[in-house]
Amino acid sequence: MPRNTVIKTRLRNGLTVVLKSVHTAPVASFWVWYRVGSRHERTGRTGSSHWVEHMQFKGTAAFPADSVERAVSRVGGMWNAMTWIDWTAYFETMPADQIDLALQLEADRMVNSRYTKKDVQSERTVIISERQGSENQPTFLLSEEVQAAAFRVHPYHHEVLGDQVDIETMTRADLYAHYRAHYVPNNAIVVAVGDFKTTPMLKRIRALFGAVPKRDDPGLFVRPEPNQRGERRVHLEGEGQTAYLQAAYHAPAATDPDFFPMIVLDSILAGASSFNLFGGGISNKTSRLYRALVLTELAAGFSGNLAATVDPYLYSITCAVRADSALQKVEAALDEEMDRAMATPPAEEELAKAKKQARAMFAYSAESVSNLGFWYGFAEILDEYTWFTTYLDRLDAVTAADVQRVAQLVLTAANRTVGHYIPNDG
Amino acid sequence: MHSLPGPHDITRHTLPNGITVLARENPNSPAVVVDASIHAGSIYEGRSHAGLANFTAAMLMRGTRDASFDQIHERIESVGASLGSSCGVHTGGFGGKALAEDLDMLLATAADIVRNPTFPADHIERLRGETLTGLAMRAHNTRAMAALTFYEALFGGDHPYGYSNDGYPDTVAAITRTELKQYQRKHYGPAEMIVVIVGSVSTQAAVKLVEKHFGDWSNARQPARAPAPTGRALNGSENRRVQIPGKTQTDIVLGFFGPRRSDPDFQAVRVANSILGVFGMYGRLGQNVRKKRGMAYYSFSRADGSFGPGTWRLIAGVNPAKVDAAIATMLAEIDRLATRLVTPTELADSKSLILGRLPLQLETNEGVAGTLAAIELHSLELDYLQRLPDQINSLTRADIRGAAARLLDSKKHVLAVAGPE
Repeated sequence: MPRNTVIKTRLRNGLTVVLKSVHTAPVASFWVWYRVGSRHERTGRTGSSHWVEHMQFKGTAAFPADSVERAVSRVGGMWNAMTWIDWTAYFETMPADQIDLALQLEADRMVNSRYTKKDVQSERTVIISERQGSENQPTFLLSEEVQAAAFRVHPYHHEVLGDQVDIETMTRADLYAHYRAHYVPNNAIVVAVGDFKTTPMLKRIRALFGAVPKRDDPGLFVRPEPNQRGERRVHLEGEGQTAYLQAAYHAPAATDPDFFPMIVLDSILAGASSFNLFGGGISNKTSRLYRALVLTELAAGFSGNLAATVDPYLYSITCAVRADSALQKVEAALDEEMDRAMATPPAEEELAKAKKQARAMFAYSAESVSNLGFWYGFAEILDEYTWFTTYLDRLDAVTAADVQRVAQLVLTAANRTVGHYIPNDG
Repeated sequence: MHSLPGPHDITRHTLPNGITVLARENPNSPAVVVDASIHAGSIYEGRSHAGLANFTAAMLMRGTRDASFDQIHERIESVGASLGSSCGVHTGGFGGKALAEDLDMLLATAADIVRNPTFPADHIERLRGETLTGLAMRAHNTRAMAALTFYEALFGGDHPYGYSNDGYPDTVAAITRTELKQYQRKHYGPAEMIVVIVGSVSTQAAVKLVEKHFGDWSNARQPARAPAPTGRALNGSENRRVQIPGKTQTDIVLGFFGPRRSDPDFQAVRVANSILGVFGMYGRLGQNVRKKRGMAYYSFSRADGSFGPGTWRLIAGVNPAKVDAAIATMLAEIDRLATRLVTPTELADSKSLILGRLPLQLETNEGVAGTLAAIELHSLELDYLQRLPDQINSLTRADIRGAAARLLDSKKHVLAVAGPE
């Protein structure tokens, strides 16, 4: 993929625009990213970013909810949105000749969403239902507790969905204020990828988004997490027959030079994974933890999760304990692998494998304009789109010594929170 | 340059041993996708051996005459490729992807696992333990239990579409190494096998590679293809509840027999289902269960059809206190669809969605490969996508009501509910 074809500019109102033409299929993907996520929420209003995302589908005067939904679907388009700790993103992927609708819709709902009391009330029960569905999963309950124990001060402390009590008590005014404060052009990035010419696309974006007034920069809500001084442990009891273990280590932020060695470390320990929300991972049956946990018949399965985030977040390993095994055995085997990663640098073959896997997964993800749209916007949230375009080069530069050094920094017991889910029917 | 796959760019070639290759080149992608089907699905195992076909498929990658588990996976993973073996009711097979330069290796490995698996005893026990843990998780998963219970109730627990092809704790515990070996020897072979290759490889090169790795494969034991299963008449409604104390949400599946893929009204059912639970934010169900009443986080419908009768399902996850209200709304929507004409706008909207979505579905190599595999498996023509617009556009409001009335009757439904009470 040529690297010189990305166009990036900033409009006078502060809106960042990233464009890339891709002419392989008659489709286009349009994204708007806002620098707002659960980390911007104060106590009592947790979950407001996610709820605001839901409300953004409730319509404006120009685009009532039903009519937009219909307009997007009628042409075969797909649209959705997602909220995470650092950001909220909206996208439409459409037949290329229909993409203008996405621009109109997104420019309009950046300022004109209605937030009627009735819609707020009906969405409250939908979100409670979404939370109850998540609570049906033991791994959700466990992650939520581990995350809360790992962050005492930093607002990464709470779940994106928010606490039940806040979902029950937040008002229309709370949600609308959150929307008005954060949905401003100087806090947003628009990305278009697909089968279009960039000059008319930029002109159209200027025409539609350029008129949205700049407002106060909401800024980041920053309360750095103090260094952890010793292992934290969480015990959770719940229904089911299966026990789960989660170990979560404070890990470098995406812009930290240590982040790329961390990607290689994750790949060696838990298998290659993609940050892309649309999947594209490969199997991990030759990873160190598969050999140590699954081939030894201690765990039925496991996953490693390294998140690329604005502030330092967590690197976590989650294991489902086999019915004929025990939590303590899984934890001991995990500890042994973490000790090994700290004690010895990885073999050159392991390093080479991690790099080739990343190259292949990049090639796969470039097949889809939605994937590319995700990547450019995500990289802009973290840093600049070049974070994505230079990703493979920076990964290539990682040495075995880098990996060991970062392992020694991250994988210590004092830097982690360990969670146990103990089933009542086990 | 942007035409949909069709006779002009799909190569279809049948080898002397019965394998049909479908290939389409995509010069824009550096990668290749492979998708292969073999008639080795769970329909050949029987309820008493539920899980055998799946267990067999999962064991294929655990060791062959020429390569160990580690060697197989090292080959695949070290180049960032993927390869997996799996199985459905009718067919099993393998699927994978790789950078173009690794396609030969991918097909060589795929041929090795389906032709020469050795079923190492230690891996059988390891996999059995993982599967049993997975089944224990399933027993505590409301969504999975509602689905499982629905299929058992609709088709009957012994029907190949009715029981779970993941198996049950007792059947999985009883599967022996001999049964696994015999299942592979009998059912894995080239007769009526389909191999689809899509990506940055010429169609001639794709056919040659399949010939190279599978051309000399034969299996005299392979039985004739199983006849398509039949359904039954529902005399009334059947309700089943699965209690999983401690859960916070209840999952509902309410449904009926669906169309066969070969039924003349298959596309009419597709459009009717789009109106019911797909279009926009999940069609009429999305409007009335989620949006207007705020009863659920999700609520949608699915109509599937294979060789035998498919299913038409209405699905929702709701607060335990709202189960009855959600079911009442679903039943009302069923009556409405089966007895009243949809509006001209609804019909036009869903037709437009189905046809407009094609470029998105066919953007990636995987999307194209899946479509080509379905075309071949169900004996559709290579110009299926070219003819689809006429088929869809000719449907009338009466066709939609007719298809719904044929399959949906709110007084003869199967309901499965899994939740805390």
